[in-house]
Parts: sequence; C-alpha cells; structure tokens
Amino acid sequence: MNRIIIGLLLFAQQVAPQSCGSSSSSGTVQNVVPLALNVGPTGNSFNVAFATVTICPPGQSTNCQSLGGVLVDTGSSGLRILSSVLTVSLPRQTTSAGARVVECFPFQDGYTWGSVATADITIGSKHATNMPVQIVGGSDLPAAPDSCTSSGTTSEDTLDTLGANGVLGIGLFRQDCGAACTFSGSSNPGIYYACSTGGCQVTPQPLAQQPQNPVWTFASDNNGVAIQLPSVPAAGETQATGMLFFGIGTQSNNGLGSAAVFTLDADGNLVTKFGQTSVKGFIDSGSNGYYFLDTATTQIPTCASSKDFYCPSTTLSLSATNVGVNGKSSTVNFGIANADALSSTFSVLPQIGGPFASTFDWGLPFFYGRIVFTAIEGQSTPGGVGPYFAY
Amino acid sequence: MQGALRQITGGNAFTVHEMQSASGIVVREYVSTAGTVFGVAWQGATFPNLRQLLGPHFVRFQQEADRLVRARKRRGPLNVDLGDVIVQSSGHPRSFTGRAYLPGLIPQGVGIDAIR
Repeated sequence: MNRIIIGLLLFAQQVAPQSCGSSSSSGTVQNVVPLALNVGPTGNSFNVAFATVTICPPGQSTNCQSLGGVLVDTGSSGLRILSSVLTVSLPRQTTSAGARVVECFPFQDGYTWGSVATADITIGSKHATNMPVQIVGGSDLPAAPDSCTSSGTTSEDTLDTLGANGVLGIGLFRQDCGAACTFSGSSNPGIYYACSTGGCQVTPQPLAQQPQNPVWTFASDNNGVAIQLPSVPAAGETQATGMLFFGIGTQSNNGLGSAAVFTLDADGNLVTKFGQTSVKGFIDSGSNGYYFLDTATTQIPTCASSKDFYCPSTTLSLSATNVGVNGKSSTVNFGIANADALSSTFSVLPQIGGPFASTFDWGLPFFYGRIVFTAIEGQSTPGGVGPYFAY
Repeated sequence: MQGALRQITGGNAFTVHEMQSASGIVVREYVSTAGTVFGVAWQGATFPNLRQLLGPHFVRFQQEADRLVRARKRRGPLNVDLGDVIVQSSGHPRSFTGRAYLPGLIPQGVGIDAIR
C-alpha cells in the first residue's frame, strides 16, 4: 500500500490525495479516471484493466448509460460496445446511398463485426462529441461476408468471446483503420462494408467517419494517455486499482518526468531483443501476459495444462531490451512464474507469460509498477510528436 | 491468392514465393523441392485469406481458434497447435503477422524459424 501512495504523491503533486476521478472543487485536475483490475464482467478475466464510459445519444445528456467492464486497450483505437449490453439507442451510420455501414475490425485473435454508430461519450470529465463508435454484434446484423470470416479467427461479438463489455481503444492512432480505408478499389484493406439487402460490399470510409480514438477528439488533454498501475506482489493479487490520465504534459499530473521516449515504426512497433534474438515488439494493455519466443529459444517449458503459457519449475528472472526507432534503448527485467502454480482466483498476475515466436507482446504485466505513456500520431507532446511509447 | 508475385528466393532445400496483395498484405509461401507448400507467412494491416492459404486445414484451425478464445485464458497472440498443422497470429490493428506450417513436411535441415 505504501508504494501506491508514494507513487501518487510523486506523480500528482498538486492534487489533493483523493480517489481517482472523483468530482471536486476547482483547482483539482479533471483528466484522470480509475482503472479496475478485477475478474470483470465474465468473472474470469486476469490482467485486464477496465474503465467506465458513459454513452449518450448525440446531443443528449439524459437517456445515457454508464457502462463499466470496458477493456482499456493501448493496442487499438476506437470505442467498441457489445450490442448485448448497450441499452442506449444510437444512430447508425449509413452511406449516401442509404446502406448501413458495418465494420469487420481485426484483432490478433478475433474480429468484431458490427455497425458503425454515432455517440456522445464521456470518460470521467472528458467528452467526445458526435464520435463514431462500433456496436459489436446484434441480431439485426447481416452475416459477416467471406472476406471478413476468411481470417479464420473468432467473431468476438458476445461477452463470452470478447471477454469484456466493450473495448476502449486509446492507442497510437487517431482512427481505427486510417488512410488505407479511405480509398476505393483493391488497395482498400476491406474493413468497412456497405450492407443492404443485396449483401455487404467493401466501402471506402472517410477518416472522420471511422471509429475514433476518443482521446484525440477531446477538447484538451488530447495528445495521448498515461496508464499508471501499482506494483504487485510476485504471486499476484485478487484485484487492484490504477489510473488512466488523459494528455501528456498538458497538466501538472501527466508530465513525462523521467520516462524515456521510444519512437516506433509506421506500424506502431519497436524492436525487442532477447538474448541473440531480435523481434518486433509492442506494448499492449489489451494483452494479459508477456508473450514471446518459444521453448526452443528460451528453454522455458510450456504448461502441461496449456501450451499457451510457460511453466518453468521455479520463477525465472529474465530481461529483454526494447529499442525505439530513435535508438533509445532500455533493458526491462521481468519474471516468469509457473502459470499452473498461480492462484486461479487472483485477477492480477504479474509474472505470467507464454510463447509466441515472431513478436514480443508486452502485455498488461509490463504496466505494473510503471507509468506508460502512449502518444497519438501527429499530436505534439513535450517528448516530441506521436506516435511513441514512453516509460 | 490474388496478388503480384514479387520474388522467388531460396536455396537447396526450399523456395520462397513472395506475393503482395493490392491492399499491401505480403504472403510468403515456402515450397519444398518436391513442390509441396510446407509453410506460409504473412504480414499486413489485415489478415490474408487463410481459407485459401490453409485449404483443408482451415476448418480445424477455425474451430480450435474459437475454442481457445472461448476458454479466454490468454489474451494475446494466437497459437493454434493442431499437431500436424501449426497456425500463429500476432500483432495489433495496422500490423498483423503470422504463419502456418506443417511440421511433418518441413524439409530436412530446415528450421521452423525459416518460415517468417
């Protein structure tokens, strides 16, 4: 507990010690919301940071829904809400020809198929007005076309498959797809579709109509975010609380301090070196462990219960080095415990990891005991113009 | 797959056919001297057509990927090990990478890390 309090005092010197996100007298900074690390709406999440968002029809401040259990994701941009939990009626986007705009948005282990709609969103005290969002799933949707299902991955359109009530994508990019989706023809990656009785056809989608990174649309504190999570005992904890700060260097509580800036390649990756191996690395609060390499390279066996996790006989102290495109280099020490020996009731597990050969995924455990900044593309910050990670 | 054949490289044991789709997805096929495709690797802002690339293995991949996601243990890169076929998918929106290979068909002396 002492460590958490000290962290807060150092990081937010001019803020009276009080719970994150509480309303307060003038002079208190209003750019922070709490993050809940717990089992979440499915009852079995671990290493997931959840936030609460308020969803209103555009232009309304009543008839709104306050929705918790929304996964905070630095790996994507855009707000996505399960149709099955949404209680607010939001206007659906249509093309000029009157077709519904439906999106097939890919993640590394699945996709979300659902309508693009417009909403006013409030997160803490920050407002995003008339913002495109995705409503995932729903009985009134046409079937996802072959070009969407050909990834072979799972449609994450239920609580069961998505693992959360929604995804709050507050990552590196301003929109979820970007320029590539604005073009007609075969260069279009095929994420947005115009759906009518005749079926769904890939459609170009102007940037302003794509689901937006909500932070970029805020009137202020809109150049990125900082996620601060507490240090956690090695064996883990039942639950924890962290903080999500909006803006980088825009208030007294969100400066970079001693954090180092790592610039990224055009896809949002840096380089991670583990021993002799060098792979693409990315920092992703939407992943729930350290996922890297394989048994052959690391000599760490996988678990009898699952090849998805490492099970060394005793906890290993490991290190890897992140290198930004700017040449900034830093070594990260982390632990990997025997995943099968970890508590099944803890939702915070700092030493869980598993194999993946060609990339180094720094999931949520990387954030424990750190302040991790995500700067949005094209936005100015005291550390330079985004996109970058800093920690 | 639909796409321009960019180059063919390789050595004694296998050839790599690299293709790029109009939307910028790069797919590399690893072909043994006997003409068998023993592996594919891809990278791009979205996935390639795995239904096409995996052929008869696609449905089993789809089913196992679904089972893993519903078990909801790991949130992260997808590692589907069917024994005779391995399919791996990683990345984040704007940058996906992955590969699929048939361990039993990898030519002698060729390591798995050649498929990337």
